[in-house]
Amino acid sequence: MADNALTAPPPRRGAADNALTAPPPRRGAADDALTVPLRSPLSHAAGRLAAATRTSAGAVRLAELPFLAQVNVRLDAKGPAAEAVGLALDLQLPLQPNSVVRAGELTALWLGPDEWLLVGPPGSERDLESRIREAAGEEPVSVTDVSAQRTTLLVTGPRAHDLLAHGCALDLHPRVFGPGRCAQTTLGRTQVVLVARDEPRAGFWVLVRSSFAGYLADWLLDAASEYV
Amino acid sequence: MLLIPCPWCGPRDEAEFHYGGQAHVPYPEDPASLSDEEWARYLFFRDNAKGPFAERWSHAAGCRRWFNAVRDTSTNEILAVYRAGEERPATVEPRPVPSAGSGAAAPEGARAVPICGSAAGARPAPTHPQPNDGPRGGAGGEAPAGVEGAEPLEDGTGKGGGGATQPFRHPTRGRMDRGAPLTFTFDGTEYHGYRGDTLASALLANGVIRAGTSIKLGRPRGIFSAGVEEPNAVVQIEAPFPEPMLPATTVELYDGLVASSLPGQGRLATEPDPARYDAVHAHCDLLVVGAGPAGLAAAAAAAKSGARVILADDQPQLGGSLLGTAEQLDWVQEITGQLDAAPEVRVLPRTTIFGYYDDNHLLAVERRTNHLGAEAPENVSRERVWRIRARRVVLATGAHERSLAFADNDRPGVMLASSARTYVNRHGVLPGRHAVVFTTNDSAYAAALDLTTAGLGITAIVDTRPEPGEWAERASAVGIEVLAGHAVIGTEGEARLTAVTVAPYGESAGQRQFAADLLLVSGGWNPVAHLFSQSGGKLRYDETLGSFVPDTCRQAVEVVGSASGVLDAATVLAQGAAAGSRAVEAEGYTPEAPRLPEVPAQPRQKPPMHVYVVPGDAEGPRFVDLQRDVTVDDLARATGAGLRSVEHTKRYTTAGTANDQGKTSGVLASGVVAELLGVDISALGTTTFRPPYTPVSFAALAGRDRGALSDPVRTTAIHEWHVAHGALFENVGQWKRPWYYPQDGEDMEAAVLRECRVARESVAFMDASTLGKIDVQGPDAAVFLDRLYTNMMSTLKVGMIRYGVMCRPDGMVFDDGTVIRVAPDRFLVTTTTGNAAAVLDWMEEWLQTEWPELKVHCTSVTEQWATVALVGPNSRAVLGTLAPRLAVSNDDFPFMAWRETTVAGIEARVCRISFSGELAYEINVSPWEALALWEAVYEAGAPYGITPYGTETMHVLRAEKGYPIIGQDTDGTVTPQDLGMSWVVSKKKPDFIGKRSYARADTARPDRKHLVGLLPEDPGTFLPEGTHLVADSVLPAPPVPMLGHVTSSYRSAALGRTFALALIKGGRDRIGERLYAPVGDQLVPVTVASPVLYDPEGARRDG
Repeated sequence: MADNALTAPPPRRGAADNALTAPPPRRGAADDALTVPLRSPLSHAAGRLAAATRTSAGAVRLAELPFLAQVNVRLDAKGPAAEAVGLALDLQLPLQPNSVVRAGELTALWLGPDEWLLVGPPGSERDLESRIREAAGEEPVSVTDVSAQRTTLLVTGPRAHDLLAHGCALDLHPRVFGPGRCAQTTLGRTQVVLVARDEPRAGFWVLVRSSFAGYLADWLLDAASEYV
Repeated sequence: MLLIPCPWCGPRDEAEFHYGGQAHVPYPEDPASLSDEEWARYLFFRDNAKGPFAERWSHAAGCRRWFNAVRDTSTNEILAVYRAGEERPATVEPRPVPSAGSGAAAPEGARAVPICGSAAGARPAPTHPQPNDGPRGGAGGEAPAGVEGAEPLEDGTGKGGGGATQPFRHPTRGRMDRGAPLTFTFDGTEYHGYRGDTLASALLANGVIRAGTSIKLGRPRGIFSAGVEEPNAVVQIEAPFPEPMLPATTVELYDGLVASSLPGQGRLATEPDPARYDAVHAHCDLLVVGAGPAGLAAAAAAAKSGARVILADDQPQLGGSLLGTAEQLDWVQEITGQLDAAPEVRVLPRTTIFGYYDDNHLLAVERRTNHLGAEAPENVSRERVWRIRARRVVLATGAHERSLAFADNDRPGVMLASSARTYVNRHGVLPGRHAVVFTTNDSAYAAALDLTTAGLGITAIVDTRPEPGEWAERASAVGIEVLAGHAVIGTEGEARLTAVTVAPYGESAGQRQFAADLLLVSGGWNPVAHLFSQSGGKLRYDETLGSFVPDTCRQAVEVVGSASGVLDAATVLAQGAAAGSRAVEAEGYTPEAPRLPEVPAQPRQKPPMHVYVVPGDAEGPRFVDLQRDVTVDDLARATGAGLRSVEHTKRYTTAGTANDQGKTSGVLASGVVAELLGVDISALGTTTFRPPYTPVSFAALAGRDRGALSDPVRTTAIHEWHVAHGALFENVGQWKRPWYYPQDGEDMEAAVLRECRVARESVAFMDASTLGKIDVQGPDAAVFLDRLYTNMMSTLKVGMIRYGVMCRPDGMVFDDGTVIRVAPDRFLVTTTTGNAAAVLDWMEEWLQTEWPELKVHCTSVTEQWATVALVGPNSRAVLGTLAPRLAVSNDDFPFMAWRETTVAGIEARVCRISFSGELAYEINVSPWEALALWEAVYEAGAPYGITPYGTETMHVLRAEKGYPIIGQDTDGTVTPQDLGMSWVVSKKKPDFIGKRSYARADTARPDRKHLVGLLPEDPGTFLPEGTHLVADSVLPAPPVPMLGHVTSSYRSAALGRTFALALIKGGRDRIGERLYAPVGDQLVPVTVASPVLYDPEGARRDG
């Protein structure tokens, strides 16, 4: 009866401008060849996000970046595990609060003095987890796959930070919150992780708990009504 | 909004933090060795210090770190923050309190010079502008006989005539757009005005001055001012959208506006407001409030420095008082251009800063589309709340002219002198034809001279001062009679002022009467100190000015211009520029001195006379607060009743409590009360200024947080399926959970009975994804959970699951759930749906503040997993079909075990746990695949008649088994023992949170309330939740002893009857007893039973 799973709707993804690679379907155990198409928290909002992007004439771009690998890492920043993990990932975990370090397709966000969120391309979470555990060896580290805990919204365009300023109390001026910055804060009435994208004025990633994603998409679309 | 500096993340809004109570109260090393009293002291007693206080905070919406802060409890100032585990800093000094006054103090002699002073010396126009022909409403008011200067008045009704002409419009003056005529309706009559008018100025242009009747006495009232201070002309907007109580002086005219006058009170709209409202957070180095001469100079000094500057003003155009006096307007235009060109400067016209809060957090409301009327675009918010965090603030809020208390000082036609000048210069409107000016100071002379030039006849200037000085000479020179040492002691006129009675100051002999349709009053100036006062600033009495001026403040704020009590034009400009420079310099920018305009030489100033109640024995009420109809006599009654404080007289008389908040009357009321009490006004002070400065609509404050966005709605990955299948939803915290799934017109009762029956007889499934899930990892994870849970978790084997209860240190149940051992150093903890965040905070609090030595980390994974509960005797068969590789027999997969496998081809963790007493599984998968799993289960279960069920059925099934719901059957006063769950409380562990409390005398009482079952004697009788229980079949006289209350109540398909759970005193010893439940006016007999009413042997658990 397992092929019933095939009746699930095909995956719909965020706007096509998503530069990230498409998610590989997750596979069951080796002897169970069936695969299930993945469904992201904002698949139902993709059309509305794309429509707002279109009608804003470039003022704002909104899209879900679904299925990004997200791995929560906890370790002693001053202990030997920090260095070992850094070497294994080819990326130094940021020590400055609310900052981001990028290397290749991998981004490490500072979440706390002993806590980081690694964000990588879809499907890479297991590889990341095992590389970290291997590198840490006997040192105590906690590694948790949280890829589905939050989804990622791309908010960009010239009005991106005006849009976020409707609901975010942080100072998002490029002088203050430019590339290399991230923050856990509140947007609208929900908690988010905000990440300033790499190039100046390239907008933001907004990581939001999956259960709040529908609310946040509605909120962003409402707040964007003035720009569309 | 406080700005709390997180030791890691830096300053963040207070809203991101949770308060954790007093710091440095460690958990006792050996609670068992403490006496009950010592333990109670730890549990319940905390210091309540005034002044610096060390307390715990968590950056809950940020880095989730707990830290300590020293906060001054009397000022809320955070004096220091330090990380958990660090010592409290030794000495912490509060911020010094600097003076708010600027460096450029005005020379004494310059203090009383009004900013509006100008070189108006020209002779008055020989003739008055002639009114255009057109319809007139009513006959002109006749001045009483024997009155000096009588000429027929244009219109004595005070209501004007309507029609196409605007008889009181000046032919050339004014800044409104004569090319943009507008039509509006007031009290049913259609009138015309121009873009740039306010409703008040357009009414005046049409000869309408009367704008309502007073709230208590029903006296006719007229337009009194030209701004936010208006007490009288508070009107109802009828269309396009009804809005009550707006000052006509602040309503920008638009085409199609319909308004009506009010009897002092408006009507709320009964239809939903269709407009959009929103909010914006803004940050700046310098916020300048007020775009008059001082504010413009401040902003100009900062503009080119590169600093981020916000300039906010409540008017549509910059210029402030200069718009009213028509002075320096070229300079205003020049500076406006400079500000518009500066990239980091944001100018916010039509924006009222209405609240000044902690750490330079200021709220403003911007009126964005209202002035567009029907042309307002639908996608733009009508009003916007700005939440501004400013490094520095310069307040250039100006001053309000003060009224005077004389007999019948409320007739339509009595107006503030400077306001009349504003109407002429800004709106090109003469508010009357023949005016008498009544003043105590020089400022009214400048107004009178300017008005004369504009063609308004000034019959006389009545000055209370015996020797008015150079300004009076100027007035006399242009032919205006100046009555020095005189006062207005009464007025005449019904719908509109017709005459003014004047007498030598303090005397009743020598009276003269003047015909006039306008009486222009100036009792001096009150600096607009509202925002400064809200910021925590102290005011002091300024003897020269006769009012209260800003003194000192802890916040980074300066007050400039007439708001600081400085009224001399040159000083005001210099002061503003200096304050703007200082502010940006302090933030590390280099200011640039702006060009300031030349101020023409002024006549020598004469100090004002401080007059509040005008002496005289004339009959007629002397109003202090026009909007509340409070008179001098009312205040006399208050002081006569023994009230000695303005705060008390305010509450006794309501003076100052109307929606104008006493802007023109507050200081006057203080002056009157001081006179009545025979004390000095400086000793009496003013009442407190509180936000908002002007009324702000609830819609604006709510912004977009209303309707569907009023609170976040959390949904699971399967939500759309539930919606598509007709589920009704229950709110659990912010989650939407399916409540029940009615089929074929079922009501709730029928649907729930059906769902329950299917679950007990065959198989049913529910979406349990909302349960909180926390990943607990690290070598000390087991030790940590042993300390948190009442039962032992360290003995749990990998692959197995245990139910656990968490209590607070007082021993009361806080949460429950299952604990899965994933690996020797890793557990997955589930929490109740509503408590997930609280449990994670709780774990972090203990780890970070009490047990930092434990090597363990907690991570929320609530949304990482979706959970499908599969319940019922046929659940094994359904699971077996979907998971062919899983050995599902009871021996292979026993109760409280978990297995990793694939279900419907999806990687899953299957747990054999049950919240219903039936054979049951919880299948956990990625939410990305949850809908596929759900649909597969639905299809695989179809041969067994599977049904989805919601929270109501879940509640019934668990209640039949006596399983409590935390928060429903408990309320923070219930121990595990009270729930009959002593088995979950470890006797072996040396300590865990709550353990010591079970030995307290109070928790060991035999008459504590126990959770028991209740069976109404009539199996059809339903007991509402919350029903009380009493012992006897007849109610004794009150107070009736209560034995307990119903916590859960349902109809059971399995039992074929109603039943309930209840907390009852000594309940377990009462099983079998009959009690009574008052329901309506009936006493329903019920029998106390075991809480486990269904399958007490547990025979169904293994299928």
